[in-house]
Amino acid sequence: MPVHSRTAAIVGVHNTRQARRLEGSTSRTLAVEAISGALDDAGLTLADIDGISAEDRGSALIHDLRLGPAWLGRQFGTGMVQEACAAVEHGLAEVVVVVAAQAAVYVDRSSTAPWTRPENEFVAPWGLFTAAEFALVARRHMEVYGTTREQLSMVAATIRTNGHHNPHAVYHGRGPFKPDDITASRPIADPFHLLDCAMTSEGGCALVVADAGRATSLRKRPIHVLGSGVDFFGPSYRHPPSWDLVGRDSRLPNGLVGRRASDLAFGQAGLTRADVDVLELYDPFSFEIIRQLEAFRFCPDGEGGAFVQDGHIEITGTHPVTTDGGLMSFSHAGSSPQMLQRVIRGVQQLRGEAGPLQVPDAHVALCSNGGAGALFSTVMLLGDERP
Amino acid sequence: MSIKLLPQYADLPHAVPGPLTAPFWAGCARGELLYQRCGRCAAATFPPAEHCRECLAVDQRWERGSGHGVLYSWTVVWRPVTPAFTPPYAPAIVTLDEGYQMVSNVIGADVDQLRLNLPLKVTFRAVGNELHLPYFEPADQLSNSTEVSS
Repeated sequence: MPVHSRTAAIVGVHNTRQARRLEGSTSRTLAVEAISGALDDAGLTLADIDGISAEDRGSALIHDLRLGPAWLGRQFGTGMVQEACAAVEHGLAEVVVVVAAQAAVYVDRSSTAPWTRPENEFVAPWGLFTAAEFALVARRHMEVYGTTREQLSMVAATIRTNGHHNPHAVYHGRGPFKPDDITASRPIADPFHLLDCAMTSEGGCALVVADAGRATSLRKRPIHVLGSGVDFFGPSYRHPPSWDLVGRDSRLPNGLVGRRASDLAFGQAGLTRADVDVLELYDPFSFEIIRQLEAFRFCPDGEGGAFVQDGHIEITGTHPVTTDGGLMSFSHAGSSPQMLQRVIRGVQQLRGEAGPLQVPDAHVALCSNGGAGALFSTVMLLGDERP
Repeated sequence: MSIKLLPQYADLPHAVPGPLTAPFWAGCARGELLYQRCGRCAAATFPPAEHCRECLAVDQRWERGSGHGVLYSWTVVWRPVTPAFTPPYAPAIVTLDEGYQMVSNVIGADVDQLRLNLPLKVTFRAVGNELHLPYFEPADQLSNSTEVSS
């Protein structure tokens, strides 16, 4: 098929088992297991792959899985899927596997997880870590807009209850949760309590990206990437995570990071916010859901707290969010796995594979990564058909 | 119950300053809060950069700030990032009078005293073996930063 008529789609996904610890597993064994699972899901084999994206492990995997000559991706998180789609659509590769996995990395439990600890000289000596960085964004919003502790608890209780019902979640069966349960958990970094925060766990995941034109030879219906966008304000955890950090376009502060990205994604897809059936929002901390609902224009600025309080985001609501339990309850196996798992959950929802948490008639999913504590946001719109 | 926010005392994680950042830390050791100001357009830059973030001129000049600012946002950490830190401590973003923001901790205040736009002033503390850290305390408080080495 001529390159110009290609449209990339997600044709296979797989999560390995996720757990607080996976004894005997390494990041490599989980990555290979995830690749095999995603290929099986797609009905493809290793011989079909001619591209891989695996952060800094991609080149080694090309060698050790004998994939060469192959295209090599360099992005992280959802950016890996965006980059893989671009590679397929531009003819740089036919079938790309995107993979991330982590085990046996967070072993010193006296400190917070290693990926949360900044090393920068203008941050580290003041004891910041991811929870504190995101707390600085949340506190500013609470002071300026009156967002309440109760509203944060509504978010965390909703997402953790989703995880409670998800048989594949690390914290399956731990709930259901009421807002008071969140507020009663021990304080971590004000306003965040333990249950406002992502967990730490181990696991792997992979996706296969290929031309949708191959669909007839595939095992499952392809899920289309209808649009995507990327917003960065700078490197994470080196500069003050200020809501009001602006570039030369001073209309878009860091607190609204992702607004430009979401506008671009919806523009590419030819869709409106009302077309979205399920929001697989990135949930490193409870407040981040409120911020994204505003930044992505699902509710007016400053009204995200009231929006979640009205029940919109529950699994039966108008805007069901983070339906597998997310980073709080499903899994957080390091940087890229938990980001890619937002996209995988979107695919599961559009395929009708979300089990007890299936959103009825889900045709369009919005998936996101990042957040204002991290100074970046990525947005991806998935659809079960191309409009 | 009022809980007083204190400075840290143990050896803390910190990076070795490079050529671009060493003047800032040397200033801290003297009890001076330095920042860069562009020689061409006068924009303030922090953390330090080789060029002005406003006009891109490579004419960054170190100036001594007043050390006064206001509290832009804060958190109170109860689960420390590493065992080197003693909780509670209060990471904060401070908006300096000179027009830039920096990360620090608020000390010398009660946890309940933290509020938006609380006037603050810098105070330096020798922490661990070799670090002189700028902290911020409420501006209406008499400084007790007598332990600064000069």
